Amino acid sequence: MTVNSADLLEIRGIKKSFDTNVVLKGIDLSVKTGEVHVLLGENGAGKSTLIKILTGVYPKDDGEIIWNGNPVELNNPQDAIHLGISTIYQELNNIQQLKVYENIFLGREVNKRRILSYINKKFMRNEAVRCLNELGQNGNELVNMEVGKLGMGQQQLVEIAKAIALDAKLIIMDEPTSSLSGKEVEQLYKVIDLLKQRNVAIIFITHKLEEIKRIGDRVTILRDGYMIKTLPVKTTEPDDWIELMVGRSLSEKYPKQKFKYGNEGFRVENIMVEGATEPVSFSIHYGEIVGIAGLVGAGRTELVRAIFGADPKSKGKIYIDGKEITIKSPKDAINAGIALITEDRKNEGLLLDQPLDFNITMASLRNYINKKFRLLNSKIIKKDAENYINELQVKTDSVDLHARFLSGGNQQKVVIAKWLCTNAKVFMFDEPTRGIDVGAKVEVYRLMNELVEAGNIVLMISSELPEILGMCDRVLVMNEGKITANIPIEEATQENIMKAATGV
Amino acid sequence: MSQVLEQKTVEETKVFKQSQLSLKKYLSKFGTLLALFLLFVFFSLSSEKFLTVDNLMNIVNQASINALLSLGMLLAILTAGIDLSVGSMLALSSMLMAVVTVNIGMHPILGIITSLGVGGLFGLVNGLLLTKLHLPHPFISTMGTQFIGRGLALIVTGAAPIAGLPLLIQFFGTAEIGPIPFSFLLVLVVYIFMHIFLSNTKTGRHIYAVGGNKEAARLSGINVDRVLITVYTISGLMAGLAGIIMSGRVNSAFPLAGLQYETDAIAAVIIGGASFFGGVGTVWGTAIGVMIIAVLRNGLNLLNMSADLQMAVIGAVIIGAVYVDVLRQRKRKKNKN
Repeated sequence: MTVNSADLLEIRGIKKSFDTNVVLKGIDLSVKTGEVHVLLGENGAGKSTLIKILTGVYPKDDGEIIWNGNPVELNNPQDAIHLGISTIYQELNNIQQLKVYENIFLGREVNKRRILSYINKKFMRNEAVRCLNELGQNGNELVNMEVGKLGMGQQQLVEIAKAIALDAKLIIMDEPTSSLSGKEVEQLYKVIDLLKQRNVAIIFITHKLEEIKRIGDRVTILRDGYMIKTLPVKTTEPDDWIELMVGRSLSEKYPKQKFKYGNEGFRVENIMVEGATEPVSFSIHYGEIVGIAGLVGAGRTELVRAIFGADPKSKGKIYIDGKEITIKSPKDAINAGIALITEDRKNEGLLLDQPLDFNITMASLRNYINKKFRLLNSKIIKKDAENYINELQVKTDSVDLHARFLSGGNQQKVVIAKWLCTNAKVFMFDEPTRGIDVGAKVEVYRLMNELVEAGNIVLMISSELPEILGMCDRVLVMNEGKITANIPIEEATQENIMKAATGV
Repeated sequence: MSQVLEQKTVEETKVFKQSQLSLKKYLSKFGTLLALFLLFVFFSLSSEKFLTVDNLMNIVNQASINALLSLGMLLAILTAGIDLSVGSMLALSSMLMAVVTVNIGMHPILGIITSLGVGGLFGLVNGLLLTKLHLPHPFISTMGTQFIGRGLALIVTGAAPIAGLPLLIQFFGTAEIGPIPFSFLLVLVVYIFMHIFLSNTKTGRHIYAVGGNKEAARLSGINVDRVLITVYTISGLMAGLAGIIMSGRVNSAFPLAGLQYETDAIAAVIIGGASFFGGVGTVWGTAIGVMIIAVLRNGLNLLNMSADLQMAVIGAVIIGAVYVDVLRQRKRKKNKN
């Protein structure tokens, strides 16, 4: 990157509120041509809102956007694309059944004549091949393939090629490596280097700090809707960024309590995760919280689902307090006292259009059946639900409220209440704090402490390393379906966890 | 981002006190009741014959078949499914009942058991096809069995109806207690049972859970397959019961009975506020939906509207009712954002 290159994009004092909720409180940011500018911040810091303003999805309330020295208004996504801003979303916007070149020209197909014309396939193919070649790919080979048959990495490249075809000057990439394998990530890095040589600027959003070191030129840290600071990547360290990102020391954020370790309460032997070459075994003692770290796709969710009997035909043995239990379905797991708090609470945890008491008791209705007529005792159901809601401080006026109307953090508490209600003893949390605000996170952590203190087994999958380091007593690291490291927290660092997670 | 929005929703909903929320709920509940009431007023004013005991009893009598089929349909729709085979199940179960009692000459009780048994078994097959063959949607499986059932009903006698049913079976269709048709009272009892079943039993709640979120239900230890099989079996039983009443009423079983009755049942359930996406709907709402269709048909008949035009009017009512629901949903979403 040339140091003196002019700012391609400059934004000043961007503000955005949703009704009374101020999300962006005055953001300044400048992006130079040919640089990779990383946006760093916790969930809820305002990154997505900022991106949506830059792509014309949301109108800004206040502030200026200056493009190549001229103030511009972005009223809709088309405006942004015409300026030369393209976005690669986490969820790719392609059509799986269409071919690569058809995707690249989706919505702006080129015709042979003005009216009553066939589309000009030859021209579109040639253009697509050119764009793909510019990214260092074999365009001729790719161009006629169905996008759905490509790997995630290549699908992403098709999106980037589309940006090239649109003559994008600035490409925004929203956590582009989160769903890629190690090889694919390396390929993306190479493509990014090529893009930089073409003087394309990149705004890169990521939570992986080591990645910033590898490809970033500058990093801007956002926190609670403020722009905290822009730093050069070369001369600063990840620790500096974390401090700015969190804005307080880790101890406040993670209310870790240490308990005395007891007997081995939970043991898993030889569970095969789909696609893995080796089975997985591990055990958890009373008094400890065990974390499972790893990249997306490492098989962590698959492992807990296999334990829980959610995916049929998993081999292996599971012991609670030394006694083997047979699990063929989630029902068996629940009866044995296992709870799985799934990552996707809306799709796998809640009935959004049912009241809270319905949600909280749905996994344990058999405990509420009146002997006489086999009917449910709705009074006790309500009372129990109310107790859990008070205990977990779910913010609601009534258990009659439908789950849809709660915030993410409160919805998560309702899901946890559902499992407390089953009298579970083993709690497996899958990304328990994803998408919930900092305050609610701390409450979830406290609850984990209480669970451990009350003599339960707690297992937590998390992709946020600070959370693992802050709350766990031991870290299991997974890569490609197997456990590659078992590290006591005293010895765990971001580096050795990442090493084990990437299989280096 | 969405998190921020959600947070705001809590604040908003907190402003609504619970009483207001349930008031809203009751308004949406009574919205369809209001429509039914307006229909009553309209037809009472436009036809002298409408608001007579005879005619009202005629309406509930006519409604009883659709009322039973709609209950089965409600269960299917609650699980985000559908049962297109209700009409065929009605025909097949009543034909076999007639064969057993008239052609073979067995006791009418056995005939009744046959009808319910055939319906239930047929429904069970629907459930098994859906859960064990993993067909993508019950629209497919029940469309298939709709044809199969109708074909079998025709094959039984080579398309001929069977007349002269035993008195006990006729009783189901024609008996009256005072001015009230027995079939209506029977339907009333079934509705009360179904209401209790759906709202106050474990299986009932599991039906809502499966329809509301299949994966969440499964991960909460609910045996989704068993719930679905139960639902389609009950739908078959309802069709079997409807078959008894229908053939009892006309004192014969005929193989084309119940042809296209699934459309009225679907209409009643949807007008009654159930969601095609599953998890939302009540017995109470379905009862009103059934009555709206029955009153419409009866009233339009009294106004001498041709059957062809009636069809168009009822079609318009279905679209209108669902559109009102769409508007309500959209408003709710708007409030949320």
